[in-house]
This record gives sequence, structure tokens and C-alpha cells, in this order.
Amino acid sequence: MTTLAPTPSSSPAPQEGATAVVARHVAVVSRKAVVASGVLTLLLALLVALAPHAGLARFRFSSETDLFRIPSVAVPGQTVAWVCVVLAVLVTAGMALLVRAGRRVPVVLSALLAVLLVVGFLAWAGAGSDRDFPVVRLVGGSVLLAVPIVFGALGGVLGERAGVVNIAIEAQLLAGAFTAAVVGSLTDSPWAGLLAAVLAGALVALVLGLFTITYKVDQVIVGVVLNVLVIGLTSFLYSQVLVPSADRLNSTTRFPPVAVPLLSEVPVLGPALFRQSVVVYLMYLAVPAVWFALYRTRWGLRLRAVGEHPKAADTVGIKVQRTRYVAVLVAGGIVGLGGAFYTVVSVSSFGKEMTAGAGFIALAAVIFGKWDPVRAALAALLFGAASNLEGALSIVGAPVPSQFMLMLPYVVTVLAVAGLVGRSRGPAASGQPYVKE
Amino acid sequence: MKLELRGITKRFGALVANDHIDLRVEPGEIHCLLGENGAGKSTLMNVLYGLYTADEGEILLDDEVQRFTGPGDAMAAGIGMVHQHFMLIPVFTVAENVMLGHEETKAAGRLDLDAARRRVREIADRFGFHVDPDALVEDLPVGVQQRVEIIKALSRDARVLVFDEPTAVLTPQETDELMAVMRRLKEGGAAIVFITHKLREVREVADRITVVRRGRIVGEASPTSTDAELAALMVGRAVELTVPKEAPRPTASALEVRGLEVTDPTGAVVVDDVSFTVRGGEVLVVAGVQGNGQTELAEALVGLQPASGGSVTLDGTELLGRSVRQVLDAGVGIVPEDRTHDGLVGAFTVAENLVLDRTDGPPFARAGQLQLGLRDRFAAEKVEEFDIRTQGIDTPVGRLSGGNQQKVVLARELSRDLRLLVASQPTRGVDVGSIEFIHRRIVETRDAGVPVVVVSTELDEAVALGDRILVMYRGRVVGVVPATTPRDVLGLMMAGIPQTEGASA
Repeated sequence: MTTLAPTPSSSPAPQEGATAVVARHVAVVSRKAVVASGVLTLLLALLVALAPHAGLARFRFSSETDLFRIPSVAVPGQTVAWVCVVLAVLVTAGMALLVRAGRRVPVVLSALLAVLLVVGFLAWAGAGSDRDFPVVRLVGGSVLLAVPIVFGALGGVLGERAGVVNIAIEAQLLAGAFTAAVVGSLTDSPWAGLLAAVLAGALVALVLGLFTITYKVDQVIVGVVLNVLVIGLTSFLYSQVLVPSADRLNSTTRFPPVAVPLLSEVPVLGPALFRQSVVVYLMYLAVPAVWFALYRTRWGLRLRAVGEHPKAADTVGIKVQRTRYVAVLVAGGIVGLGGAFYTVVSVSSFGKEMTAGAGFIALAAVIFGKWDPVRAALAALLFGAASNLEGALSIVGAPVPSQFMLMLPYVVTVLAVAGLVGRSRGPAASGQPYVKE
Repeated sequence: MKLELRGITKRFGALVANDHIDLRVEPGEIHCLLGENGAGKSTLMNVLYGLYTADEGEILLDDEVQRFTGPGDAMAAGIGMVHQHFMLIPVFTVAENVMLGHEETKAAGRLDLDAARRRVREIADRFGFHVDPDALVEDLPVGVQQRVEIIKALSRDARVLVFDEPTAVLTPQETDELMAVMRRLKEGGAAIVFITHKLREVREVADRITVVRRGRIVGEASPTSTDAELAALMVGRAVELTVPKEAPRPTASALEVRGLEVTDPTGAVVVDDVSFTVRGGEVLVVAGVQGNGQTELAEALVGLQPASGGSVTLDGTELLGRSVRQVLDAGVGIVPEDRTHDGLVGAFTVAENLVLDRTDGPPFARAGQLQLGLRDRFAAEKVEEFDIRTQGIDTPVGRLSGGNQQKVVLARELSRDLRLLVASQPTRGVDVGSIEFIHRRIVETRDAGVPVVVVSTELDEAVALGDRILVMYRGRVVGVVPATTPRDVLGLMMAGIPQTEGASA
């Protein structure tokens, strides 16, 4: 769904000696954002109109232990929902006008619309409930649910930027979770578990690398097979080994939450973001670290070169296979670290298939984030928030069947990957083995 | 630095791509390696550059035997290469491309982009190139991209420079500029290997010429040799360099293109308001440097790309908006630009490929059943008629040489009752013998009263084959001129300068 609108030409000047003949460009403006905004706004309006809720919706912004307390806010839910709908209609109309004028829809508008829809929905859902929305827990919970997805997405970005599609993120998360549980329990040290998870993730990556880089098997097939393999293997070991001796092998000491001085006292965000365990802080470090490594170091430049045009990289003396191996192993380690989150932070024991598709959501976050570590991490946060909404709504007893809310993250994934954020172009040689003649 | 190759042999399976090749290139010399497509020139240079390992023979630099395990070694030894298909990363900047593989870093392992920018500017200034170190390579015109390749090689202090078919993507003017750069490099003491199959360029710039044919060196020639002598040496027999044809006899039938416009997914108008008419019995050559919209024009004509505006009528019937099947049924013959990709199914046999577009009805299919006997008789006939050199009609077409593959495509298209022939790059990657044959068949089609559109980036072909030449630049028509137009005017047109301005300049 695109519309063409003529704009003044804007192309690089021709070489010296050439003439005024300049290639013309028309702006390709996607209507997707407008259509999606319209549909979502309409859905919210229908919801509010057909199932009206009387009463107040209360939002709580701080807990009793906070240094700075912000009073809770109570608003008439139905009214606020309607106000949000009206504002959303205005924003959508604004987008439509921009598209008609042949301009691009700024991301800010899309984000504003998303906020309006979420606030409107929460106000409607919370109206008349005697509980209040714990906003802090809403934010904090989103971050927690996003942690494995963020690590998974970082691993995915690294792999694909080097030209290896990592479908096996799920397998690496699960292997990390399993190994962290066993090693963490045996040694009684969450740190040992964490380290073991990194190695487990890298081990799965090594298998992936062996088949895709050395033996040039189709990357998607190897990834899918690895997922099935690791799910089967961990499930078997879980029921045959972990369950019989759960005390010794499957009960870890978890990382305790650590409050960061000062930062944790910032209202709303402080407690949500900075009273977390060490793994979450590692995530805060990992995102900028991966970004830096990818865009500012020799290693990253070569890695991206190998993912874009391996032959060109080869002709300047870069070892393509080796670069890809290193990228895939590092990526696997990062994903494994994310897997440890399940068993040394979230809960203290491993459970069958406990990653529940987070690896696939991470894969979607890679695409949604346009193969950029920071954007992919933000996309992962969005998916985390979508998953968390379900929990928050059940707290206030909202009249939405929980099954619907369980579907939400996946619906968001599909919409996101379908290109709501505009076109994304992946690394040119992603998925292609490098065959040297 | 002196380069010497001794007895280089490289085999791919049964094929001997290089057969005991000896070559000596002195510093301050442009040594031309002349040969047809597939003669083994590029293979030889890939051996030299460490991309292939030779089965036999050795490489010497200043009389020292070298062992290259990869391009990194060759580069470290002082060999630089300007590849035919640029080895640049499109989404990287010029500076990033130049620094790749020998990056300097600052504290904390940060890339030192400033150093790379300085290096680019310094080399660019030395040769009078205008290159912005921060421009993305994919945004640069091909001529400038090639300069980035040269800068890349020079930034590693290459003393032996290999140019692999460097002029294929350049306008005649850009080619002249490249020659000037090569001469300057030579004066600076570099040893230069210039690989090409274009005779004129060889005579202009070479100090010595070595001719390669079927993987062997067949002789040396002096730069004063005539085109005919060089061509005969290259092909192994006397070659007809001009296409014999009589004056066109226009018929009533005609292809009319009005205001055709094609937009690519990024919004670039790749074919911009193109209008022309081709009468029956006439060949119109669409000329221009590669990538100026000719491909898209040809594909839009036959329905392979949707047009965003305009009309294409053949004898009054609109062709735009129809499916490729309907366009074929309207009597349009298509020789696609990339035969291995669009023209043939490589794993299918010669016979299967010859009836590829005719399997949905009689005579080759009846009641949903392929008429294999008929097909094979037809195939045998066409193999004979078009002189297709194949072991048999059951040979997979992918095993044939480029020229014979192209003859299969041509045989298929010309065996239908045509009312229009659109041929894109009909002789690209085709040996000289087949080129003669293909040209003759295209002229015969013209003489049968069919309008013919040929897309060609080779100026020689455009002049030889065309009755009129349409020059495209950046998606637009620069002008439609008779084939007798002087070459320098055509060259200027290919750089976007219309004929009148070009004449006055």
C-alpha cells in the first residue's frame, strides 16, 4: 500500500562535465501507519462505546518505600477513554494529511498514538475497579519480561549482521536457562550459573556455526532443527534427571535485587528500572556495548562487511569464515546469558520449555529493530510491555478474557514485522553461506 | 615492482582455465591482457590475487617466489586489484571501504575514521578525483565507485595494479579519464595489468599486449596493430567486425511508446517520460551506460515490470497492464538481459528450454500432455538451424557456453511468429563467433519487417546493429540519432549532454 507523490528532485549532482539532467525522485509514502492507526482507534472506540464502564480508574505511581512519593491519580475512566479516542482520531487525521501531502509520517506521531491508545484502554479497563494500577510495577514488569528478549535480540542482531541468520535463539535461551539451573544449583552460586549459561549458549552457537558456516547447510533449517533438538533434550533431562533430584540439581540461589543509589529514587522509573538484579544491569550495559562494538570498532566494521558483501571482505584479506564464527559464538554467549535470567533471577528452578517462544519474539525484535542493537532492544521492551499488560489487567480485574491478552505480544509482533515501522533492509548477505570458488 | 608469472595452470574439473601461462610485467609499463570473455583472463588474475590457488606454476615479485594463501597476502606483497564487479560494501562510506581490512584504531579500540578520511583525501587530491570520504558508496555513480576501488588499492601502497575489465561500466569520457589515471600511475612507476576485450582501448593505452585464447597465451601484439589483426589473434580466425546490412525498408507495423514511466520501490523514477517509435523493418538501439534505465525500459515493454505511467502500443494494441503471457501471445519476442537468470532454466535440457514458453497448448501440449516426440524433432531442427554447439538436445542448458546458451534463447524467441523483438544485451558474455551469428539473425528479423528494439551498453554494437540509436541517461531520453552519428557525440550523449550542445561544445 503505497502512494506516489512527486517531489522536487534530490539526487547527488552528476559528475563533472555532465549536464542539468538529474534523475527524478518521487517520494514513496507508506499508508500502512495511517490505516493501522485508524483501525486501532476504531477498535478502541468500539470497545469503549459497546462496553461502557462507569467509575474511576486509579493509577498508583509510587510505593510506600519510595523517597519521593507521587500521589495516586483517580480519573473517570470512561471520560478519559473517550478523550483518548478523540485525540487518537486527531492524530490519525494528522497522519492522513501528511501522507496526502506526500510526506513521511514521523515516528513521534506513531508513538504518541500508541501512548494514547494504551492510556485510553487502561482507563477503560480500570474504570470501576476497587484496585489501582501499579504503574511502577507495570514498567518494571515490562523490563523484567523483556530481559531474555533483549539478550536474544542482541544475539540475533550480531549473528545476522555477520551474515548468519540465528533462528536458534530459542534454543540458546533454553540451553542457557537449563545449564544455569543445574550449575547454579550444584555450586550454589548464581555467578557460576550465569557463566555456565554463557558457555551453553555459545555451545549451541558452535553447532549452528559448524553446520551453517563450515558445511553451508541452509541456516533456517539448521536453526529450526536446533530449536527442536534443545527443547527435546532439555525436556528429557528435566524429567529424567532434574525432577528426581530437584533439591540438588534444580534449586538455585537467585540474584537478589540491588538498588542503585540515587537513580533508584527517581519517581516512577527509579524503582522500576534500578531496583533490579545484576542480570538486568548487565542488560543495560550489553545494549550500548554491542552498539559500540558493532559501529565503532574494527571488529564490528569487519563483522558488518562480512554480512553485507563477504567476497569484498575476502578481497581485502578478512577471513570471512573466522569472522562469522566469532560473531556467532559471541552472539550465542549473549543469548545464553539472557537464558540464565529465567533460572537465576526470575525463578529458582528450570521448567520444561520455560522460554515459551521468547526466542522467536526476539527474532521479530531483530527485524522490527532494523538489525540495530538499540532499536532491537527497544522493540524487545515493547514486546515485554505487551506481555506484561495481561498481568496488570488481571490485577485490577479488568473484563478482558486473559486469553486475549496472552495473544497480545504475538499480535504486536505480527503487526510490527509486517512493516508498520516502515521498510527495513537487512544485511545483504544475511542467510547466505560464503562459498569460495 | 616487477611481476612475473611462470607456468600458471588452473583447472576447474575437466576445464583448463589457464594452461601454463607465462607473463612478465615491468614497472612503469601498462601490460594489456587481451582476450574474449571466458578466455581465462579473470581466472589468471584471481590466481595472482590469491583468490584462487594455482594447480601449477609460480608467482614472482622482483624475482622472489610468492606464496599467497589469500588476497590478504597478495595485498601485503603490493598487489592491488580493481575488480570488474566492484568489491565495495554499498552501505559503507568511502572512508570505511578504504580502511576495511587495515583499520587504524584509537584508544579503547575505536576506529580512527579521521585517519581514513585523510588518507582518502590525500590520494584523491593526488589524482584530482573528487570523492567525498563520507559519501555512502551506493549513492555514488559507478564511475566514482571505480575511483574508490582505485583509492582502495593505492591506500595499501600497491605497486602492481590489476584492472579487470574496468571500462565495462564507464561512459566513453569516463574511459578516457581512466586511461589518463592509468598513465599517471605508470609514470609513478607502477606495473599495470589491464584486462579487456575492447580493441580500441588496448591500442590507446597499452605498452605491450598479450593475447589469451582458451586459457593459453597465443601471442604478443604491438600496440600499433590494427583492430582486425588484434581481433583475428583473439578469436583465432579472421573476424567480420561490421554487421552487413542493407538500408532499412520500413513497414506499416510499429511499436509506439509514449510517456513511459517506471518507478522503483524506493521512489526513484528509473524510466522517466520515455517516448519513441520503432517502425517494422528497423532496429532501434537503446544505448547508454549501464544502469541508466535501459533494463527497466526493456522489462516494462514486455510486462516484466509494472509501468507507473504512459502507454506502449504495438500496431495500435496497448501492451501495458497485460501479463507477460498476454504480451508473448501478442507476438513479442524477449531476449532478457541475464539469460542464466531470466532466459533459461539451467538444469533443464536444451529441448525443454526451446519450448519453455509453449507448453500450455498445441502443438507442443495436447490434452495436458507434452508432445515429446514433436518437441525433440523441433529441438533438433533448431539446434541445426541456429548452430547451437551442444552434445545433444538432452544436455542441460547450463552446461553450454554463454554464446550457445544465448543462441538457445534466440532460437526459442525467433521460432514464433513475431511482431516485435526486444533484445537486451544480446551479446553480453558471448564469444565473437556467436556475436556475428546473433547479429545476423537480428538483422534478418528486421528485414522480415519486424520492429526490433535492442538494448546495448556497447557503443560498437549500437553503431553496428542500429538504424537509429536512442541514448538514455538517468532514465530519460537524451536524444534519438541516426547510427551514423559520430562516436564522440554519442559518448557525450551517454554522459547526458544532448547532441546540439555536444556539437557546439
